[in-house]
Amino acid sequence: MQILRSVLSRLVSTAVTLVGVAVIVFVVIRIVPGDPIAMMLPPGATAEDIARLTALYGLDKSIPEQFLIWAGGVIQGDFGVSITARRPVLDLVLGRLPATLELAIMALVIAVILGGAAAMVATRLRGTRVEAGIDVANGVALSVPDFLWALILILLFGVTWPIFHISGRVTPSLDLPFVTNFYLFESVVRLRFDLWADMVSHMLMPALALAIPLAAIIAQVLKQSLKETMHLDYVTLARTKGYGETRVIAGEALPNAVLPTLTLIGVQFTFLIGGTVIIERLFSYEGLGNMAIDAVINRDLPLIQGIVILFAVIFTVLNLLVDLTYALLNPRLRHG
Amino acid sequence: MADGRSRVRRRAGVRLWLSGGWLVVLVLAAVFAPLLSPHSPLEQDLFLGRMPPFWVDGAEPGYYLGTDSLGRDVLARILYGARVALIVALVAGTLTGLIGSTLGLLAGYLRGWVDVVISRLIDIWMAFPPVLFSILLIAVMGPGLVSIIIAIVVIDWTRFARVVRAEAMAQGAMDYPASAQVAGRTRLSTMVVEILPNVLPTIVVLLTLEMGIAVIVEAILSFVNLSISTDDPTWGGMISEGRASIHQAWWVMVLPLIALFLTVLSFSQFGEGLKDRFDPVLR
Amino acid sequence: MSYLTITDLSVRLAGSPARLLRDVSLTVKSGEVHGLVGESGAGKSMIGKAVLGILPRAVEIASGRIELDGADLLQLPAKEHRRRIGRFCALIPQDPLTALNPSRRIAPQIMNRLTDILGWEASRARKRAAELLDEVHIPDPERVLKSYPHELSGGMRQRILIASAFAAEPKFIVADEPTTALDVTVQKQILKLIREMQARHDTAMLFVTHDLGVVSKVCQSLSVLYAGKVVEATDIATFFRAPAHAYSRALLAATPKYTDPDASLIPVPPTVIEAVRAEVEAADEGWRG
Repeated sequence: MQILRSVLSRLVSTAVTLVGVAVIVFVVIRIVPGDPIAMMLPPGATAEDIARLTALYGLDKSIPEQFLIWAGGVIQGDFGVSITARRPVLDLVLGRLPATLELAIMALVIAVILGGAAAMVATRLRGTRVEAGIDVANGVALSVPDFLWALILILLFGVTWPIFHISGRVTPSLDLPFVTNFYLFESVVRLRFDLWADMVSHMLMPALALAIPLAAIIAQVLKQSLKETMHLDYVTLARTKGYGETRVIAGEALPNAVLPTLTLIGVQFTFLIGGTVIIERLFSYEGLGNMAIDAVINRDLPLIQGIVILFAVIFTVLNLLVDLTYALLNPRLRHG
Repeated sequence: MADGRSRVRRRAGVRLWLSGGWLVVLVLAAVFAPLLSPHSPLEQDLFLGRMPPFWVDGAEPGYYLGTDSLGRDVLARILYGARVALIVALVAGTLTGLIGSTLGLLAGYLRGWVDVVISRLIDIWMAFPPVLFSILLIAVMGPGLVSIIIAIVVIDWTRFARVVRAEAMAQGAMDYPASAQVAGRTRLSTMVVEILPNVLPTIVVLLTLEMGIAVIVEAILSFVNLSISTDDPTWGGMISEGRASIHQAWWVMVLPLIALFLTVLSFSQFGEGLKDRFDPVLR
Repeated sequence: MSYLTITDLSVRLAGSPARLLRDVSLTVKSGEVHGLVGESGAGKSMIGKAVLGILPRAVEIASGRIELDGADLLQLPAKEHRRRIGRFCALIPQDPLTALNPSRRIAPQIMNRLTDILGWEASRARKRAAELLDEVHIPDPERVLKSYPHELSGGMRQRILIASAFAAEPKFIVADEPTTALDVTVQKQILKLIREMQARHDTAMLFVTHDLGVVSKVCQSLSVLYAGKVVEATDIATFFRAPAHAYSRALLAATPKYTDPDASLIPVPPTVIEAVRAEVEAADEGWRG
């Protein structure tokens, strides 16, 4: 019951945070200069048209009133209607969400593989120049943000050696038989590996740009964790049983060294998701982030609100999951 | 062992020299931009559009790094772009550090409702995707150097606040602040005189990191055309423009990108080098 | 019938002339228990580690031979060295709390040498694991096999480590202060168990300890170490009756006698220390390493 109580208090705390986010966004974007309604209408619009639409979107009321109306709608699942697209915000947002999620998860997978491999190689070859080289490469990868990596990748693989696509999510001329917007996932389920390959070719560069800084952190923390684990007695004991160095690292040390990195990965993953905004823009990837930038430029207030809230929800849910995982794994950590 | 420690110290030294070296070059470039630029960064000459840098065939003498699509001197634009980068780095970085550290100190040392409020604010802030938030703020405030600096401060103060808060809490739990208070110091004065010096090394290292981040944020905003006016050169703006003509004139995008890369890397490595220097284990 | 012969083994800190083991020579016959005694830091554990190939990274073998069942281990390629140790040797470690992998259950930790290195079938290995736990008097072996280390007591864990050491019927075991980290009440039982297992499986053993009382119960012969040098090597009876070296005599005299608890403890006299230090220095002069 102790767990239940702490989970409840976390949920309440999360709700308070989300309300805070909603309030701040709400207020900030209403100070935005520029009238979204006027931007939406053709130049010859009459004052009546403007007034009518303004009333339609509730923009003629006071800010606290607007907030209460909006909040009331949210509780019922209604996030309002997008000014630019004239469609419900929730539909638009949920429509783009899968694309961003697939990109983020692909980046996470790449980061774990790259970072894990780097840490393992550095541990296996510790004391050699290879380890020093990995340290240097890591340092650079850590210092340079995803934005720059994206530009570098665009230059390398989009222009110099054009192997991968640097624009969009999928080749536009292709016919897509998907029912959900989880294109990548569905292509595997439907065994359409031709489509899968096309999408991976489009997603690889943006995912890599997002992955590089995360991979570097994973490599650094895992390497340190492995270093400490390798000193423990059970690792030495494994050596006397006849296991070679590589198997000792992978079989005995790694499963225990991984635990501290898990919570770190969870936290850093939220930063990665934040990075999708500019990366999607750079690669013209049709995800949430890209839509968000457009929404700001077009002053599409309901859409901006909806997207920001969704990002906030994702972040807080992720943080909750990370804490939960840590709490679950901890008893074993404490005993071991 | 002794060998390992001296190796790390040497690495820290090299790191500091290399990164510090670039930063000095940057400062010099920014300060002496008018003297170092052979041409005005704004002057267009359509007959001299897309001239390659001096080491490529067909280069135009006097335009060492080539020209962009409108015939503007790339070298001059990079030098003047360094000014923007540096101003943003120094001003935004320092302000963010000041405000963030102060709030973090207050929260971590005074605890109580101050901590509750500030921590809650940090939580809320960290639920925002940073880039989106910055774009939103610029949209609110309009483009311009001041807006960018304010946007960076508003978004990134939490970076300092969290770390400084944790350190202040740890320091506050020790004996010396309590004895200072028993000796008659007020809480605020204890915070500044006793706690702050111990937290300072962390703040300084974070400061260099923040400067690198400030440069990047400015570049991203320039890239999305939300920075200062499009005439005054910024590296981000140059990259954005250069991207359009990447096949015909790669240098317009690549050269400012290199400058940006080296600058961000240098800020970060300088901070790491300082951190190693400050590390009590190595002293 | 010597199973292990160490000849003039010198071990040093990598890249430095400072030796941790100085020309150590000893012999362990098949089925015999040979004790290694000396104060902390004398290098007792280092010998066992050198044989098993688990010296710390900062430490290297400078010279000498280690012959295991006739084969000079130090001349073998690394992979073959490892294979031999895995097949014929085992370690009973000192600290049962850190010698078991916390994220794995007990069964695979006993079985893994059998399945991975010796190629046994999983079912056969599992059966053997249960038998071994029985041999070390662990009640309800099935439950223990399914448990994690943190669910078991220190004494239980040491029994498991002992069982694990005997899993592949090793010909040689290094017991590195196996009772030091245990409660006094448990020490006696574990010691008895080790003796029992060693006798039953007829395993040669190098028994590292600083406790002369333990030596008297378990070993047939012993070597006394000071600062990495063997100062005396003899059989048990001779050692306790009439030790040859002054340092050995001093060690025996220093042992607290529980028949006379009020007698003051006699430390090793400084003259003896000086003498034995002089011996060590003389040995160092002759060494070219």
